[in-house]
Amino acid sequence: MSAVRFTEDHEWIRMEDGVAVIGITVHAQEALGDVVFVELPEPGREVTEGEAVAVVESVKAASDVYAPIAGRITETNSAIADEPGLVNADAEGSAWFFKIIPADPAAIDALMDTAAYAKFIESH
Amino acid sequence: MSEAPLKTTPLDALHRRLGGRMVPFAGYDMPVQYPAGIMTEHLHCRAQASLFDVSHMGQASLYGAGAAAALEALVPGDMLALKPGRQRYTLLMTPQGTILDDLMVANAGSERLFLVVNASRKDIDLPHIAAHLPAGVTLQRHEDRALLALQGPAAVAVLSRFAAEVAAMPFMGFAAVKLAGIDCLVSRSGYTGEDGYEISVPSAAAEDFAEKLLAEPEVMPAGLGARDSLRLEAGLCLYGNDIDETTNPVEAALMWTIGKRRRMEWNFIGADAVRAMQDNGPTRLRVGIRPDGRAPARGHTDIATADGTIVGQITSGGFGPSLNAPCAMGYVRRDLAADGTELNLIVRGKPLPARVTPMPFFPHRYVR
Repeated sequence: MSAVRFTEDHEWIRMEDGVAVIGITVHAQEALGDVVFVELPEPGREVTEGEAVAVVESVKAASDVYAPIAGRITETNSAIADEPGLVNADAEGSAWFFKIIPADPAAIDALMDTAAYAKFIESH
Repeated sequence: MSEAPLKTTPLDALHRRLGGRMVPFAGYDMPVQYPAGIMTEHLHCRAQASLFDVSHMGQASLYGAGAAAALEALVPGDMLALKPGRQRYTLLMTPQGTILDDLMVANAGSERLFLVVNASRKDIDLPHIAAHLPAGVTLQRHEDRALLALQGPAAVAVLSRFAAEVAAMPFMGFAAVKLAGIDCLVSRSGYTGEDGYEISVPSAAAEDFAEKLLAEPEVMPAGLGARDSLRLEAGLCLYGNDIDETTNPVEAALMWTIGKRRRMEWNFIGADAVRAMQDNGPTRLRVGIRPDGRAPARGHTDIATADGTIVGQITSGGFGPSLNAPCAMGYVRRDLAADGTELNLIVRGKPLPARVTPMPFFPHRYVR
């Protein structure tokens, strides 16, 4: 299991056996508040970097979740569609959103590491 | 948006101590939620009692023997029949028969009407009222008063500890009451669909009094987020979303606010246009709408028929924590306004099945 990387849109991404697992950060779920609905992409969909692929809605507002890297969606997490509150309870663990087979596995290295993301949050 | 610095309410320091997430609203820096979150704050209000700071709203009094008659020129409600100690919901009207604002008017006795208007409209409403007053009637703004809303089934038990007489107040009752030694103006009303009180308190005493209420075991602070989801479940209009200067009370389904006598006389500003729409029938109506699934539809979402024709728009929508489901209100073509009518909401380009549903979505639990 490789280190977790982060985007400026507050997604986390972690490589597991050549597949990128993606979710939203603890910081993101805090900012959103109580998550009440999650819309996930169709597996098999080819996505580009930065493309809006999922939606997360709190009581107050809707937000897009973006693909941090280009590739093909292989799997989505039906558990969070059934129980959206999981996103608040375990954002960076069991409440992952989707998995992508990266078009370029090196693309993840360009994203922020834990320290850089912490700094990014602090400055925004 | 305005560049002017945000105004604060007398409870600003308290909001920050409580960890409120502050957002700009109607020119004020207001808590949208506290650390508990909107869902918890909403459900707590329905289960126990929640304290809201609504000091951003405009408070004013009309003084003079002719106050009620003067106000009747501007609103369609029956102000002359409003007895001392009673409050009524009514509308300020434009000459075009549309809604300038919605407001609460209480008869405070001693030739005084006490008004509460929306924060976003007070600088329009109050000069408008002042410009239409005859000699002998004066308008005074109460910039030196805060407004607290204590809402929920436990509100009566909590507030009774400060003054036993509030328990006997009827729904939409109004009284001057001494609470914790402070001269307050109390109405048994609110914006949540629950029993509760709105309490006008001198600004200087507001923080101390709010902390006393919060020290009661049933009471939790709630922000504007919960206030919005509570009023939406209760089917109550939000000015600027569901009603505004483009909506007529007929299409807004607010004809119940027009007094019987007023419908004979038709002598308020904009009455001709309201009467004409009533006679000819509106082309659209405000209705409640429940999406079939779990996806919320927000304000400005288009409403369509099965063939894709756009037949209306959502004006308020979100997730109802007490319904554990989304709910919305909006305007649809009149022939599609019947309860049970199936419609599609166009969310992110896709049709979301929904149906017209009677409001309130969550039953009102006002004291009777």
